[in-house]
Amino acid sequence: MRSFGRPPVPCGLRWPGTPGHGRCRSGLSLWPSSVPGIALCRAPAWAGPGSVTVSAVCQGQEDGERRHQQLLEAVSSLSGRRRRKLAERTEASTQVSEFNVSCKGAGEKLVLSELLQPIRPKSALSTVKKELTKVKQKKAVELPLSKEEAERVVREAAYVRTSKDVGRWQQVVLQNRRAEQLVFPLKQEIATVVPLEQVVSAWKARTPLEQEIFGLLHKTKQPITDPLLTPEETASLQAMSLEEARQRRAELQKARVVQSYYEAKARREKKIKSKKYHRVLKKSKRRKALKEFELLHKSDPEAALAKLEELEQLRMQERMSLKHQNKGKWARSRAIMAKYDLEARKAMQEQLARNKELTQKVRVELPEEEPSDVPEEDLTSETVPTIPVGASGANPWMLGKPSGPAEELKVQEGLENVAVPDAVESKEEMEKDDDEEDMSEEEALLQDFMQKRQVRQQQARSLEEQGADETEAVPELPGDGPIHPISAEDQASVGIEQPPQAQEEILLSEQLGRVQTMDDVDALASEERVEEQEKLVVATAEKPVPARAEKRVQQQEEGRAGDKRAKKPAKKKIISLEAVLAGKPQQVQCPSLPVVVEEEEGGIDQRGVITEAFAGDDVVADFTREKRKAEEAAKPQPVNLVLPGWGEWGGTGLKPSARKIKRFLLKPPPAPPRKDQHLPHVIMSERRNIHAAAHQVSELPFPFERHQQFEQSIRTPVGATWNTQRAFQKLTTPRIITRSGHIIKPLSAEDVPDMATTAGTGAKPALEIVPQRPEPPLCRRRRRAR
Amino acid sequence: INYDPALHPFEVPREYTRALNATKLERVFAKPFLSSLDGHRDGVNCMAKHPKSLSTVLSGACDGEVKIWNLTKRQCVRTIQAHEGFVRGMCARFCGTSFFTVGDDKTVKQWKMESPEYGEEEEPIHTILGKTVYTGIDHHWKEAVFATCGHQVDIWDEQRTSPMCSLTWGFDSISSVKFNPIETYLLGSCASDRNIVLYDMRKSTPLKKVILNMRTNTLCWNPMEAFVFTAANEDYNLYSFDMRFLESPMMVHMDHVSAVLDVDYSPTGKEFVSASFDKSIRIFPVDKGHSREVYHTKRMQHVITVKWTSDNKYILCGSDEMNIRLWKANASEKLGVLAPREKAAMNYNQKLKEKFQYHPKIRRIAQHRHLPKSIFCQIKEQRIMREARRRKELNRRKHSKPGSMPFVSERKKHIVAVVK
Repeated sequence: MRSFGRPPVPCGLRWPGTPGHGRCRSGLSLWPSSVPGIALCRAPAWAGPGSVTVSAVCQGQEDGERRHQQLLEAVSSLSGRRRRKLAERTEASTQVSEFNVSCKGAGEKLVLSELLQPIRPKSALSTVKKELTKVKQKKAVELPLSKEEAERVVREAAYVRTSKDVGRWQQVVLQNRRAEQLVFPLKQEIATVVPLEQVVSAWKARTPLEQEIFGLLHKTKQPITDPLLTPEETASLQAMSLEEARQRRAELQKARVVQSYYEAKARREKKIKSKKYHRVLKKSKRRKALKEFELLHKSDPEAALAKLEELEQLRMQERMSLKHQNKGKWARSRAIMAKYDLEARKAMQEQLARNKELTQKVRVELPEEEPSDVPEEDLTSETVPTIPVGASGANPWMLGKPSGPAEELKVQEGLENVAVPDAVESKEEMEKDDDEEDMSEEEALLQDFMQKRQVRQQQARSLEEQGADETEAVPELPGDGPIHPISAEDQASVGIEQPPQAQEEILLSEQLGRVQTMDDVDALASEERVEEQEKLVVATAEKPVPARAEKRVQQQEEGRAGDKRAKKPAKKKIISLEAVLAGKPQQVQCPSLPVVVEEEEGGIDQRGVITEAFAGDDVVADFTREKRKAEEAAKPQPVNLVLPGWGEWGGTGLKPSARKIKRFLLKPPPAPPRKDQHLPHVIMSERRNIHAAAHQVSELPFPFERHQQFEQSIRTPVGATWNTQRAFQKLTTPRIITRSGHIIKPLSAEDVPDMATTAGTGAKPALEIVPQRPEPPLCRRRRRAR
Repeated sequence: INYDPALHPFEVPREYTRALNATKLERVFAKPFLSSLDGHRDGVNCMAKHPKSLSTVLSGACDGEVKIWNLTKRQCVRTIQAHEGFVRGMCARFCGTSFFTVGDDKTVKQWKMESPEYGEEEEPIHTILGKTVYTGIDHHWKEAVFATCGHQVDIWDEQRTSPMCSLTWGFDSISSVKFNPIETYLLGSCASDRNIVLYDMRKSTPLKKVILNMRTNTLCWNPMEAFVFTAANEDYNLYSFDMRFLESPMMVHMDHVSAVLDVDYSPTGKEFVSASFDKSIRIFPVDKGHSREVYHTKRMQHVITVKWTSDNKYILCGSDEMNIRLWKANASEKLGVLAPREKAAMNYNQKLKEKFQYHPKIRRIAQHRHLPKSIFCQIKEQRIMREARRRKELNRRKHSKPGSMPFVSERKKHIVAVVK
């Protein structure tokens, strides 16, 4: 019975396990099988509608019905419905509590044992207790913080936040501090020019003067506020795009560079003082003009003719001026000087040449003749500047600078000349006129000069022959040094019967010349050689050429270059090589030759001279003495601690006793072996040089960690003497570059591209202020990958 | 050119000689003084740079006069009687169209930068009458907001006559307030109760306060490093702080022999210039404890204000004896256009000087400066005093229990407290 239901309770009972908080969800736990306790209690205020009260019916006959009811309730509770039907009030009764608790067990007897039974610890109550203790433990709501405290909290939070915000710049700052180079302003702005119209439109005349001026302008209808540029002008301004402008600028720049280059060149050329250079230049100009004229002649004969007329006029005028007749004051003075002065002579010659040129009749050539002319001219153009005017091929001294084929040509010319005997000279004269027609002007001039000179020389020769003995000693009067007087004709006329005289002549002429190169010296030697063998040559000569002439040719050849002999056998067949080589060179007292020899001798006994000069010095002994001295000085000195007067009599003239000296003279330990003891030629001083120390760094400077690093930094040179231009520039770039006139604004997020994007997140920005080019290898790889 | 090192021996001695010559020449050509702008009738109390024009500079004097100067002409272009009493502070608007002044007459005035048109009166655009004296003013770098300081730091909208917010922390007169040029919502101020206070405009709250041994006269933010500022202190030193770590300054810059009155950063943020009561201005590298340059003239009195022009080339200083002086920032720099060869030679010389700067002979020449006797004697005196203090401390340490007298680094010595 008990196991099934609960006994009828007289007053309202609350089932345990249903605390009324609505925590118990399952209806099964309501069964008192495990919790059979009966608690006498009032339904508490918090017992909500979920609390279950059971009303017990007093009547016995109703018992079965009640139980049935209970059963129904239990079953219905099984379904989980929380709300249960309240006990129905079937009839009016006084025992009904106003709290909706029916007093079913009001008449029942309460048995003590039943009351006593449930007094033991119950788990269900403990939860209630716990709650009670919890409620007790709960403290009251805290008082609000004091104002200072609250502010402090706010400050701390704000500080943390701000520090974090500011910390975003950390990377930028570090990068800037470490940067090799910083260029300020960081953001290069392109200067925008405000159009004039805008500036003007905002401006108004205020002062009376301004108003007056504007009034005037209005009267004359000048543009004031209108665009100051006409539409065409603005269009033209806009027409040129940036690219075009750049291109144009580059072109202009280039043009300017070229111009400046030519200007510099012209200036440089103008500065050149060399007369020879100017002569050559003039000649080349003349030639160029001639060529141009010829071209003009071809293309536009009439214009050419007109030009020719003009030229002719000029020539005539000049011819009339008597400028170049060598008769003026200047010419006369030059004539006096000409004997001694090469320059004066040359000037005179030039004058003569000019004269000749002017007096010459200008021929108008037909165009058909030109092709034949041109090569000839080319030849002459090569020969003329290289060979001095007077070089007839007879004098090796005059061959300053040999020039290959042209020279040979000259030689052949000479040969031709030589071949012609004196007697045929008149005929030659006739021929020459024809030749001259073919030759260029310079060539003609040359020939002319040669003739003149020859005439002069012949006169001189005749004079010489008259006073035979005297002339031997006296140098030729009109004979020019470099322009050798002896021509082939003379020699031919003089013949072989006068070799000593000829030799004498050579010597005399040599006095005026000067050995200029080693080749010339060789030429001299060979000349001697050949002269000795003159007769032999004559004997072996197959040609009926006068021996003298042949000899000259050979001299020329040899004088020019020894190695040419092998190269040009064609030339050499004139001379028998064996004969030349077999000849023993003869020592001839030549005025310029000994100088060279002397020099060689000086070179040979240089050693002897030096030994003689430093005869008294014994360097080795001095050195050993010095070293010994250094060794002595480096030995540790004994320390003298002897004090006179202590322990004995002192005074003037009294010396400390030997015992005392022995006791107080402290001998130092021997020094370690010297580093140079096995090096006889070296003195190594280990003493620190205080003079040098004053210039040396005594402490390791801050950024360096080891002295090697510092030394390395000092040892690496920076200058352009030791580095290429590019490296030099790189090494000397300044760390900070600013531009004058540019405002440097404070750093901002826009300056730093990554900063702007990461500004909100506060992430670490990896950015670069100095724009860096992407690494080329990477780029290349990428390109290859594509 | 043949770069064979065998052909060019003795590279170190040769470069050393070149460096020596370069150093000597640098000293020979060191003529930093350019001109003096005179015209004020009282000591120059404050200056302001024009944000857009390099040739324009503004100055306010102790008699309430404001002058605008043209530096290329070296002339005063405009004079305004702005205040009664001192012009305490002035600043230009970021756009350069107007400027603000505060004075002893408790007013904040906004003026046009351009001179008035013909027939117009010279009068301010706006005038704000305050309750207390304003001692300093600074304008926001990007917005129409400015801050004044006096008994409190007020932040104003340009359009309103009452401050947007007032920031206080304790009660004392605040001598200067400066906006951070990079993180523009940040402000720094220094008050006469020896503290430096940082503010955040967004939250309108102070952030942190650091108290030093002596009063800080003014401070300046580094224009390239957002969190670095330098404070010019009464104890002859300047302190560079990282605002995130206020417990100790990054660097103590000492060389002045009297109170430092003003400081201004170079626009590159690598150096700053300081004006001092000892009648000299000095240029310090930010990462060095000692100055690289000192400028003085016989007639220059206590220098009250100093500015570094925004092209990094010149320095302006205003002093007690009514003059503004214009100096070169780099004493031996050649002004004007340089030929490429000249430039290359200059760079090379600079590099050589850098390379051999530690060599004693070169360092001696490079560091030698002629100083007026007063400064020279004071430096000597202070050296002696410092030495004496050091010796005393050493002796004390020697005769006290080991560990009872801890070593305090120079940087920490001058900080009294950091208040959160």
